Amino acid sequence: MLGQGFAVLLSHWRRHKLQFAMLVLGLALATALWSAVQAINGEARASYARAAAVVGQDRLEQLATPDGARLPQSTYIALRTAGWLVSPVLEGEKRFGGERLRILGVDPVTLPADAAQVNVGAADIGLQRFITPPGVFIMSRETAERLKGIDTPPIRISDALPPGTVLTDIGIAQQVLDAPGQLSRLLLAPKQPAEVRPLAQVAPGLVRRAPAVESDLSRLTDSFHLNLTAFGFLAFAVGLFIVHSAIGLAFEQRRPVIRTLRAVGMPLRALILLMIVELLVLSTVAGLIGVALGYGVASLLLPDVAASLRGLYGAEVPGTLSIRPSVWGLGLAIAVTGTLVSAAARLWRIASMPLLAPARPRAWSLASERALRLQAVGGFVLLVAAWLIAQFGAGLVAGFAALGAMLLGAALILPLALSLLLKLGERLSQGVIAQWFWADTRQQLPGLSLALMALLLALAANAGVGTMVQSFRLTFVGWLDQRLPSELYVTTRSNDESQKVHDWLASRSDAVLPIWNTEVRMFGQPVQVYGIADHATYRQHWPMLEAAPDAWDSIASGQGVLANEQLARRQKLTLGDMIPLDGGHSLPLVGIFSDYGNPKGQVIVGVGLLVKLYPDASRLRYAVRIAHDKAPKLAEDLRGTFGLPDENVVNQATIKAFSLKIFERTFAVTAALNVLTLGVAAIAIFASLLTLSGMRLSQLAPAWAMGLTLKRLAWLEILRSVALASFTMLAAVPVGLGLAWMLLAVINVEAFGWRLPMHVFPMDWLRLFLLAVASAILAALLPALWLARRAPADLVKVFANER
Amino acid sequence: MNVRVLLLLLLMMATPALAQGFAGLGGDAQGFAVPERGVALSFPQDHDAHPAYRIEWWYLTANLKGADGQDYGAQWTLFRSALAPEERPGWQSPQLWMGHAALTAPQRHYSTERVGRGGVGQAGVTLAPFSASIDDWNMTSRAPVSDDALSALSINAAGDGFSYNLNLDAKGPLVLQGDHGYSVKSAQGQASFYYSQPFYEVAGTITVDGKEIAVTGQAWFDHEWSSQPLAKDQTGWDWFSFRFASGEKLMGFRLRDAGDGFTSATWIAADGTSEPQPPGALTVTPLAWSDVKGHRVPVQWKLALPAKGLDVTTVPVNADAWMDTQVSYWEGPVRIAGTHPGQGYVEMTGY
Repeated sequence: MLGQGFAVLLSHWRRHKLQFAMLVLGLALATALWSAVQAINGEARASYARAAAVVGQDRLEQLATPDGARLPQSTYIALRTAGWLVSPVLEGEKRFGGERLRILGVDPVTLPADAAQVNVGAADIGLQRFITPPGVFIMSRETAERLKGIDTPPIRISDALPPGTVLTDIGIAQQVLDAPGQLSRLLLAPKQPAEVRPLAQVAPGLVRRAPAVESDLSRLTDSFHLNLTAFGFLAFAVGLFIVHSAIGLAFEQRRPVIRTLRAVGMPLRALILLMIVELLVLSTVAGLIGVALGYGVASLLLPDVAASLRGLYGAEVPGTLSIRPSVWGLGLAIAVTGTLVSAAARLWRIASMPLLAPARPRAWSLASERALRLQAVGGFVLLVAAWLIAQFGAGLVAGFAALGAMLLGAALILPLALSLLLKLGERLSQGVIAQWFWADTRQQLPGLSLALMALLLALAANAGVGTMVQSFRLTFVGWLDQRLPSELYVTTRSNDESQKVHDWLASRSDAVLPIWNTEVRMFGQPVQVYGIADHATYRQHWPMLEAAPDAWDSIASGQGVLANEQLARRQKLTLGDMIPLDGGHSLPLVGIFSDYGNPKGQVIVGVGLLVKLYPDASRLRYAVRIAHDKAPKLAEDLRGTFGLPDENVVNQATIKAFSLKIFERTFAVTAALNVLTLGVAAIAIFASLLTLSGMRLSQLAPAWAMGLTLKRLAWLEILRSVALASFTMLAAVPVGLGLAWMLLAVINVEAFGWRLPMHVFPMDWLRLFLLAVASAILAALLPALWLARRAPADLVKVFANER
Repeated sequence: MNVRVLLLLLLMMATPALAQGFAGLGGDAQGFAVPERGVALSFPQDHDAHPAYRIEWWYLTANLKGADGQDYGAQWTLFRSALAPEERPGWQSPQLWMGHAALTAPQRHYSTERVGRGGVGQAGVTLAPFSASIDDWNMTSRAPVSDDALSALSINAAGDGFSYNLNLDAKGPLVLQGDHGYSVKSAQGQASFYYSQPFYEVAGTITVDGKEIAVTGQAWFDHEWSSQPLAKDQTGWDWFSFRFASGEKLMGFRLRDAGDGFTSATWIAADGTSEPQPPGALTVTPLAWSDVKGHRVPVQWKLALPAKGLDVTTVPVNADAWMDTQVSYWEGPVRIAGTHPGQGYVEMTGY
């Protein structure tokens, strides 16, 4: 009995293959996008975790200088001979060929077990080879691929290391980084002897640092991943609209079957159970397809994401995807749960349906105007909530909550708005056919409203994100011009060479401006400190958002500090606030400048003050002013004279092009997700139209009987679809603008620390409008074709059957 | 003797040689210097490290009596293990160092270890003045320049739950083991250079779980270096350093293999005159076994050396004297009964 009942239920899908396909496709697509985003985030987070776990930084306390400067090796020996169980680490960056590597030197002998992810004693490495020059570079497979053909010490592979990181012996690292006798920090073994001399006596210059539970990297990139996650959810929500409508339809159509099954004695409980089993099977199959699709999507997107993260944050993420069962399992679970939630209301209705209820397969119980109004009121409440959250909330999560409330609110209002628009159309139109067209469209509205809401979400997201990206680009390009006024940027390789290059350039250029810098911890976060010279280049071009009138004089005389926008926002700094520098120095903030694309806080002081406060600051970079046409020749001479590699002498145009490339890649992912979301929405409309077309015969037959040809009716169907899509697009524009405003003024500020001016790009909307119309036509095409080819007998039957 | 533990930081080397003998000590000499018979040891130079040899240790064991009336034992060892037969500057040094320190109380045995690399000042041996150290553990000469550097020492070490500071004064001469310091370790001829200072009187303090206790007693020092002290089929050893009430002393060991093993002994008269005994003259027999930290170890022994009328049995101060270090073994103080009562130390590896 159960088996037969199941077969009967399933037979519905055999007769409605397309509906079945839509259901599976909708669910699969939603799952795919969601799990793709999760997979990408998972890959990135795993990579950050690997980076954080390297040499046990996430588990071990460390000793370091307060400002992060290097410490002498003698301090390490002093601590050991005082009984402290510490192990030295030297960290630094070094280019091999064109590849920038993070060199991590450790002492495998004293390294605490918690910090040893790589067994240096393994047969293919060996302690002797590891510590004896040229040493061994241990790195991930991917990093090794990038270094093919480049001259490095012998390479060994370990999956425990994040991309771009090299583990080597402390002695080898000191050689490679040209830092003899220097260490970056000391790892404290978890268990220290009871009797040791106090730290303050042995190494007064060092401070204990707690294990980095959350790495700077994962904190910085959080916002990026939250952005992706939000997109994933949006796609999934749109996908669920499809599932909800497809399931609803199928349940309605099966009312007669259900009545019959119950009439022949199948218990209600068994019936419900069968339907749940059916849903589970369906959603599992669709979920599996979605997960597989998601893997493909993620693989395609990951290289772009990896490039963005490297460009934006210097975060190394592998470009290839590893299979994470948790991500895919969760994707499947979400698909199944989403389906069951979508179907819950329908199941409940069947459970409470009288045994012999009239088996009317009405597509949708026609929602009354009152219901639409109620829904719209809910929508307004959500919009108000969105406004309140945006006004009074704080943090990225609040930002996204406001965003979600606004989108959902707008979607809920849409059916009423469309209904009113259609009424208006009806009133303005003349002629019977036109009036019937509007009235019939309005009558169809409840059936299409879910799909249209999905379309609204997709269109608004597209318009909003597009506006945000374009505004960003416009601002960014202008800002690059201000920020990079010098013709050449030179990076020397040693302090000695730096001095020589400076002297050489001084007589051959208009100005040589040092860009010296160091990184310190300020306000509990890593902050870059730059020293710049007093020069018209800065006074005229620097992209100040806010500045005291004599800001540049204060900088020149070492009496003031500039901070970038993100630091100022994060710490709520205003002009005149004191900025704590090293050596007990505090100086007033005299200006705030925009610094797009930089994840870190930055302050600028006069170069003289930098050298005084931070004698160890890197003094390797210069900006060179020279007549534009002479720059290439000077660059050539400079490279020739000092044997500098190409990448160490860069002209302005190259840096700009590079920055823009990073920018483009960053938003390539956004664009791809945007298009995919729109695709899902188009499928939602197609699915709804398709299923409606089957039961609209009873409404079309009278019009046909009164003389409208099937061909004409089919055209009208397409026109109807276009009209609805157009109206939805009209509604999407203000929603999209609201979204863009939220992204620029709330989300970006929270996520990146900068606020961008909003620019409007009507041509982009036009393109989006055409896209919406095109997808509406495409969606309506097949049902319209079917209608046009319908046998007249089918239409006549409508009048014969009592329905 | 000892083929004491040699342990080595070999764990870190973790070469396939680990499969051979205890702690890789059965490997080939591979370019390292090999001890030769007839080479005279000279002091103070031979107190120093011998980087051309693969392994070396400075080993001190002390039987102590506390002011609280209890028996205690203290061990202080610095091992050197070379990856290559040379010394190089700074971090490039192929010399690895390992320290083991233990304090045995009747109720509990404390042990701990330290590791470090040569070349950077964390660990090593210097001659003028003599000092062997790793981290904050030191064995330092207190002797006047005119005397042998080892005639007066101070040692200190600290670990989880214990520490000690001991002053040692030698009441007799250095003793060369084997054939003038050339100590044979197997029938195939594996050997080491080996000398001892078994005549120390000790005074100092130990700290056990925060409680400081004054102690006095006797100690025994060994310095041994070699490059392949074990034959390939030897799996471990049992080593004994006994001080008898008569003033006489015995150093003996058995290297275990699939067969009867290889025993060797040196009889030391009360004036320090040493009489090497022929291989096999000493017989050692386990009397009682005990499970210690998952290892089945003989904790009571019967030793017989008929040529000297010796027939004694041993009882440990604490049977749980397991060195819970990366290379682990049993090492602890024992009381001796029989024809020659006294006290001493026993070391057992490879169980």
